[in-house]
Amino acid sequence: MSDDLDRLFHALSDATRRDIVARVMLQEQSVSALAARYAMSFAAVQKHVTVLEKATLVSKQRRGREQIVSGNPHSILRAREALETYEEIWRGRTERMRDLLTDDTPPAQAPAATSDPEGPTS
Amino acid sequence: MTVTTTQKDLEGLTLTFVTEFDAPVERVWQLWADPRKLERWWGPPSWPATFTQYDFVEGGAASYFMTGPDGSKPAGWWTISFIDAPHRLEFDDGFADEDGYPVEAMGAVHGVVTFETVGSGTRMTVTSHFQSREQFDQMAQMGMEEGMREALGQMDAILADVAV
Repeated sequence: MSDDLDRLFHALSDATRRDIVARVMLQEQSVSALAARYAMSFAAVQKHVTVLEKATLVSKQRRGREQIVSGNPHSILRAREALETYEEIWRGRTERMRDLLTDDTPPAQAPAATSDPEGPTS
Repeated sequence: MTVTTTQKDLEGLTLTFVTEFDAPVERVWQLWADPRKLERWWGPPSWPATFTQYDFVEGGAASYFMTGPDGSKPAGWWTISFIDAPHRLEFDDGFADEDGYPVEAMGAVHGVVTFETVGSGTRMTVTSHFQSREQFDQMAQMGMEEGMREALGQMDAILADVAV
């Protein structure tokens, strides 16, 4: 589980790889078409694609003489969820902070000072 | 209100959030300094936080637990490492077991919070430094369990710097 995510983050930690992912998410592309876009060798681009493949971000299939790379939206979602979850936590916190600053009246009941499983309804 | 993620450094495992409040610095600082105020925003309404110990001095310790809708009570701890009221606060935040002892395997997230006066309001910057991707993942999982997720935003979150 964590290994998967580790691979995912590692794969996305490189700008070229992120660029490849973004492109093949929009439309599948051959490795040679991708290689033409970057100032590096075909072999180097192929290596990047392999890293992305291992992280299940993309899949590669042979089509005649071409290797076609296509994106796997599901994996991108997972990586994004991990990041965005943390973002959501702070978004929620700062919104509650703002509410507190605009309305500084004490709550009807102390938070969690009750065995009421519903918690406070503040 | 806008919460802007100014930096998402996957390699450096650092997340930064900047928020502006329409209140003076001292009042925003109090939201951190006063545990009764702190516990009103640290956890979401469905997971309220209760701070059972809060020693707001450098080197001071804090203990808290959250109460889930299912009655579960995950616990956490802070160690406050730096205070420069009302401008800067640094602390380590980690998970605790049922007896309140730190769960070493989970490590701690180092938080740095700064407060600046901007016009009549305050700009608060929260930076979270994670120790490992695994820890980051675990924290994210906790967040999901706490039901804080809302609709996903733009794909740009991860693919921010696509060369055009």
